Amino acid sequence: MPSITKPIVPLLDLPRNAVGLTVRDYEGTMSTLCAGCGHDSITASLVQALWELDLQPHMIAKLSGIGCSSKTTAYFAGTAHGFNSVHGRMAAIATGAAAANRDLLYVGVSGDGDSLSIGLGQLMHAMRRNVRLMYIIENNGVYGLTKGQFSASADVGALLKGGQKNLYAPIDPVQVGLAIGATFLARSFSGDKQQLVPVLKAAAMHRGFALVDVLSPCVTFNDHEGSTKSYRYMREHEVQATEADFIPHRTAVTASIPVDGVQTVAMHDGSELHFRNVPADYDPTDRVSVMHYLQERRDAGEVVTGILYVDEDAPNLHELGNTTETPLVKVPYEALCPGSRALAAVQRQWT
Amino acid sequence: MGHRDFMQPTDVKDPRYFHRVIDCQWACPAHTNVPEYIRLIAQGRYADAYMVNRESNVFPGILGRTCDRPCEPACRRQRVDGTPVAICRLKRAAADSREDISERLPRPVDYRIGRHIACVGAGPASLTVANDLLPLGYDVVIFEKQDRPGGLMRTNIPAFRLPASVLDEEIGYIVDMGAEMRYGTTVTDIDALLNSEFDAVFVGSGAPRGKDLNLPGRNDAAAEEHIHIGIDWLEAIAFGHTASIGERVLIIGVGNTAMDCCRSARRLGGRDIKIMARRPRGFFKASPWELDDAEEEGVDIVVNHAPTRFVIEDGQLAGMEFQKLRWDEDARNATVLGTVVIPCDDVILAIGQENAFPWISRDLGIEFGEWDMPVVDEVSFESTRPGVFFGGDAAFGPKNIIWAVEHGHQAAISIHNFCQGLPLDDRPPVGMNLFSQKMGLTEWSYHNDYNPAPRQRMQHVDLRQRFRRLDVEVEEGFTEEQTEFEAQRCLNCDVQTVFDAPLCIECDACIDVCPVKCLTITENAGEAELRRRLTVPAANPEQALFVSAPLPQTRRVMVKDENICVHCGLCAERCPTAAWDMQKAEVLIPYPVKMLPMVAVTATPR
Ligand SMILES: Cc1cc2nc3c(=O)[nH]c(=O)nc-3n(C[C@H](O)[C@H](O)[C@H](O)COP(=O)(O)OP(=O)(O)OC[C@H]3O[C@@H](n4cnc5c(N)ncnc54)[C@H](O)[C@@H]3O)c2cc1C
Ligand SMILES: Cc1ncc(C[n+]2csc(CCOP(=O)(O)OP(=O)(O)O)c2C)c(N)n1
Ligand code: SF4
Ligand code: SF4
Ligand code: SF4
Ligand SMILES: [Mg+2]
Repeated sequence: MPSITKPIVPLLDLPRNAVGLTVRDYEGTMSTLCAGCGHDSITASLVQALWELDLQPHMIAKLSGIGCSSKTTAYFAGTAHGFNSVHGRMAAIATGAAAANRDLLYVGVSGDGDSLSIGLGQLMHAMRRNVRLMYIIENNGVYGLTKGQFSASADVGALLKGGQKNLYAPIDPVQVGLAIGATFLARSFSGDKQQLVPVLKAAAMHRGFALVDVLSPCVTFNDHEGSTKSYRYMREHEVQATEADFIPHRTAVTASIPVDGVQTVAMHDGSELHFRNVPADYDPTDRVSVMHYLQERRDAGEVVTGILYVDEDAPNLHELGNTTETPLVKVPYEALCPGSRALAAVQRQWT
Repeated sequence: MGHRDFMQPTDVKDPRYFHRVIDCQWACPAHTNVPEYIRLIAQGRYADAYMVNRESNVFPGILGRTCDRPCEPACRRQRVDGTPVAICRLKRAAADSREDISERLPRPVDYRIGRHIACVGAGPASLTVANDLLPLGYDVVIFEKQDRPGGLMRTNIPAFRLPASVLDEEIGYIVDMGAEMRYGTTVTDIDALLNSEFDAVFVGSGAPRGKDLNLPGRNDAAAEEHIHIGIDWLEAIAFGHTASIGERVLIIGVGNTAMDCCRSARRLGGRDIKIMARRPRGFFKASPWELDDAEEEGVDIVVNHAPTRFVIEDGQLAGMEFQKLRWDEDARNATVLGTVVIPCDDVILAIGQENAFPWISRDLGIEFGEWDMPVVDEVSFESTRPGVFFGGDAAFGPKNIIWAVEHGHQAAISIHNFCQGLPLDDRPPVGMNLFSQKMGLTEWSYHNDYNPAPRQRMQHVDLRQRFRRLDVEVEEGFTEEQTEFEAQRCLNCDVQTVFDAPLCIECDACIDVCPVKCLTITENAGEAELRRRLTVPAANPEQALFVSAPLPQTRRVMVKDENICVHCGLCAERCPTAAWDMQKAEVLIPYPVKMLPMVAVTATPR
């Protein structure tokens, strides 16, 4: 825990976004995680992405489960709404919240333990319901908060600090998502903000469930020789499948990626996602070929990153479940809770 | 494009790099260790703070009231919240509140090295030379025209800004070290000094001549006694020769001297006092705080008036005629709008000072150049005649006390070299110590938190009180509470972020936590390109960029823009590998006492 909070420096000349805020206005409280934790860099990328998207903090809801990763919702958008659920239950809370109020942007932050062990069932159901939710897994291969036991994302043969070897096959949330029809799947690395920030922006603007699996080294329990989730391992094994630029529909921003070979996916709000596929024949809209490619690169020992799969056309929770357009908070009390007479009338339909 | 050009890793072992980061110390002509003394003040260690000051600026009590304070516009806090730390007035706080320091002053030494130095003038320049050489066993003789030491600090800076007791005390420290003071002794011919026992001569005679204004009416005998040369008039007040002035006073000029003249006039009976300025505000020589102080005392500042003649009526000075001007935007060219006569009883000319060396004949090998100024080396302060040195206002024209002190230090080093037969350019280098400030994982031996306190306002003696006597000191000094607040505003710019590239794992923690976003990891490039590419582009070219060696994992570099780092230490606290550390850079300024002493040739107990 740092000795002081980050001071506000009055003359620091930071640019303001369309809603008049500086990037520092999207910060939260000081992180209490270990110094150098990848999760903190993801927080910083989220701060940057939310600022760049010109979002009003009070139109954001942050949700999380339990874990070091799940603590990080306190460290960004300090004036946004938030809910820390019990272990592995963030997806369910988010589903309920989204159904009740489609005006907010839902930012879910979870860990590999929270999402792939106790919460795996929750995660899969949120994917298949295509809840409009950005779901970030801060993936460090261990249960950081409980002192570094292997999680379900640990690779076979990876070693703990004390030398113990993992014997169980890892669960790859992207592969799981592909298998059950998720509509936005990305992977990135906490140590590469150039890639991570546009990925987060695209995920935030996706019309359904957007999974971002971010490799996020745990400096205390999983950054050693023999780890496959360390800074060094990632720098040596990361391979980018796609480079992406997120182009909001309002502004004309200059693309940061070279234009040749650019493919465009239109987002539901009119913004655009520009892709440049690094292997020229990679097609992020073709589920089967993506599955195949990821399997192949994995076997070759590579960690493939980028926006790996997008489907902007599939119906989402609101369309599938015919949820209310007016957030429930704005529905008058009488309509929301019409009383026992109305209830009796409904029940009579089935008698 | 291809940025083939790239920046070399910064060499932080070179003391100049971190010295530059300590903005105040870099800007101070004498390189006073400001952050160190401010921290000592914050700890209530006033005597220690005083001694840190004294080492470099010799006259902390005097300068804490009068310094031109070039450190303050340079101060980092200016760039952080718009007002600099009140560095100068904190210096006064240390001087005023210090405990007894007599035991800590250099003592008269009990041996002589048999080298004799003559100093002309007992102003701050000569006094500094004496201060630096006496502890080494030199015999220093100071020749002074007046019957008291201090130079312009005594004769021209009014007592309501600088009490005589402060002058006496701090000059006394030097005199008591064994300087031989020959008061009331005007040097009329330098040749006499050159032909006597002196091994070297230091000329610290100042710029003693006030400029005159030769306009029609100036030489009218009737007007003569009501037209005064500013610095002579102030001197006459200081020595008690002048005690009154007319009610309506015009001051011509708007520099520092004009400010002291108008405020002195106010105390001698002036009621309607006007400072007549040729140019608009913003183009004045006087510092803004001096203008404020004058206006607080009811002095009018009249802009855009150029004097044309003295108006003499009925054999008396009746006023002065001025052209009214309209200036273009940068006050280069003016149009005359008409003329106006402003009535007055007295006129004080405060339009500058000149050097004059009638006592140095031009055939002694001491060359004079442009403006009839001596040719003086800017590093050694030696004239073209070996063994004759100049410093203070005598060297390059009127400056200020702190420059006079710095010239004195440099001349003393030169004199020491000269007397040992060493080349003058064989000067001791500036050194640096680095000390880690780490006390624990997130604990530092300095106060790293940012204090948002605003700059403290100096309290002034009530207007009626202050005009009762000529020597009522106007500024009351900071209260203990103000001192405490003001000291906390300092950003500890000497506590440096020191980076060890091989340790960095490129986790970005430091970059993410930095409150001013001055850190970036990026591909190396040329300086201009790097400055553009930073997280927050580095827009202040005066401030350095730190560039690391290539980082182990990606060969990118860590770049830091020093501009508004607040030295909070968060980068070092969040770094998992201690690649960043906060280390205090103590810049070691050389003084003769720290150089190799000469061998005593005579051991004469004094
Ligand atoms: C009105 C006024 C106000 C000022 N206010 C400030 C201020 O607030 N802060 C600041 O930093 N600076 C101020 N200055 C400037 C500052 O006083 C000088 O820059 C500084 O004193 C110069 O020091 P010095 O040692 O070179 O010479 P001086 O202080 O000028 O001392 C020279 C000495 O040499 C003596 N002398 C000259 N010729 C001979 C001779 N032939 N024989 C023997 N003795 C001789 C003189 O009597 C004098 O005592 C002010 C100047 C003026 C005129
Ligand atoms: C129901 C329940 N079971 C177990 C725990 C103990 N527990 C706390 S955090 C955690 C794992 C967190 O791992 P992960 O989600 O990867 O987060 P990280 O700390 O690695 O970021 C576990 C098992 C709990 N809090 N609640
Ligand atoms: S903040 Fe303190 S150390 Fe930094 S320049 Fe100002 S006075 Fe000097
Ligand atoms: S000390 Fe470090 S974190 Fe603090 S402002 Fe300076 S570079 Fe940034
Ligand atoms: S926190 Fe330390 S290890 Fe991480 S990037 Fe900064 S200097 Fe490197
Ligand atoms: Mg984990």
